[in-house]
Amino acid sequence: MTQNIKTPWTQKDLLGLRDLSVAEIELILDTAKSFSEVSQREVKKVPVLRGKTVVNLFLEPSTRTRVSFELAEKRLSADSIGMASGGSSMTKGESLWDTIANIEALKVDIIVMRHGSSGAPHRVSNYTKCGIVNAGDGINEHPTQALLDMFTLREIKGKIKGLKVVFVGDILHSRVARSNVWGLTKLGAEVVICGPKTLIPWGIEELGVKVIHDVKKAIDGADAVTLLRIQMERQNETLFPSIREYASTYGMNTELFKYAKPDAILMHPGPVNRGVEIESALADSAQSYILKQVTNGIAVRMAVLYLLSGAIKNEK
Amino acid sequence: MTASEKQVLDAGGMERVLARIAHEILERNQGISNLALIGIRTRGVFLAERLQKKLYEIEKKEVPVGILDITLYRDDLSEVGPKPEVHETNIPFDLKGKAVILVDDVLFTGRTIRAALDALIDLGRPKVIRLAVLVDRGHRELPIKADYVGKNVPTSLQDRVTIRLKETDGEDEAVISGGPKA
Repeated sequence: MTQNIKTPWTQKDLLGLRDLSVAEIELILDTAKSFSEVSQREVKKVPVLRGKTVVNLFLEPSTRTRVSFELAEKRLSADSIGMASGGSSMTKGESLWDTIANIEALKVDIIVMRHGSSGAPHRVSNYTKCGIVNAGDGINEHPTQALLDMFTLREIKGKIKGLKVVFVGDILHSRVARSNVWGLTKLGAEVVICGPKTLIPWGIEELGVKVIHDVKKAIDGADAVTLLRIQMERQNETLFPSIREYASTYGMNTELFKYAKPDAILMHPGPVNRGVEIESALADSAQSYILKQVTNGIAVRMAVLYLLSGAIKNEK
Repeated sequence: MTASEKQVLDAGGMERVLARIAHEILERNQGISNLALIGIRTRGVFLAERLQKKLYEIEKKEVPVGILDITLYRDDLSEVGPKPEVHETNIPFDLKGKAVILVDDVLFTGRTIRAALDALIDLGRPKVIRLAVLVDRGHRELPIKADYVGKNVPTSLQDRVTIRLKETDGEDEAVISGGPKA
């Protein structure tokens, strides 16, 4: 039967790209490549997680990530249940720890978790035998999004090493940017961060990225540009004068995008705010891979759930 | 071949066996129409490609070849332990109505073939599925039988049957090794 040549996956959790080795990241990306074929079939289902149960615990709003995880689980034949904070006993005062303990008592194998506080899944993972997949924690990490971004980059550009990848927008509140920075720098890409000074986290250069505030200079010669939304819901102070002013300075449009390489690709983790960080025409152009990212997200999440399920030792 | 190995097929033997199987396939299928070859990763794929060549030499027509990775259909996946590597399945034609010849190197417990049958059915509904293997070593654990066998090789459970192919190992041969008294 199939031989195991690569390093096998041994962690029960996927908390962030910060904790992963280059080999582990590549294992996920390679596995995802094999899984992408499943979604092209007429019968989009394989029996690998038959009998496994996955709870999607989303304590912050989400459409893309949640639907993507649910589809990934269903295509792997897992039984999946959705839980949101609104409809759960957490509104009655139950703590996150008790909620997790109860989910574990229900013999659940994997918890896909989104939480508004950075580090919540990391804390919880030590208290449970369930595998924890971080689906976004506060402003810290969103590993599966970064993995699907890297998967898309590798698919279109054939490699990641040596690529110039630029992130423009609200980096301060972006877990997507942080996960990407960890992952892309590990795989040898040149990462440039761009945005107004108030929206760039202090000291991010220490992670091995370049900060350039001038958009034209930042995207000059870029292989890929990822635009990030302004996360108004996480801002309780005024970090820039107005959305319109942001749009006129940092909003990407067809003219501006010409500063990047002619074959540069445009990415966006969504949700897209048309007319703010991105011009509508550019979002729908041939250089935009936004919807390709969404498609790839399912394969990446299938790969993650598949690999994790081999390392979970919840009692039967 | 090393000192502890016993050769059961050499390069010439393998060539002749594949030629015979190609003829048998054509005889049973009454020609080349509707045929499709599907190789099970890894060595089954190369054997399927070789059969494709043999069939072309006889009939001057190309039979489509698909690649099947059965990892996701294995019956030991729920056992705890790191998950095996998954490779791509690539079947670039419609299975519906086809006479599929499933190709693998060694037929042993039959579990790989059971997984392959499940995988194939998920991909479409062929008219028939038949099984071609280079070596049948016995010790089936499931009710599965090959339609085309290169060579029947009686073995003990402790024996190890190794197929080497030019494409993956640089030479063509089938050897037995590692039995208790071997």
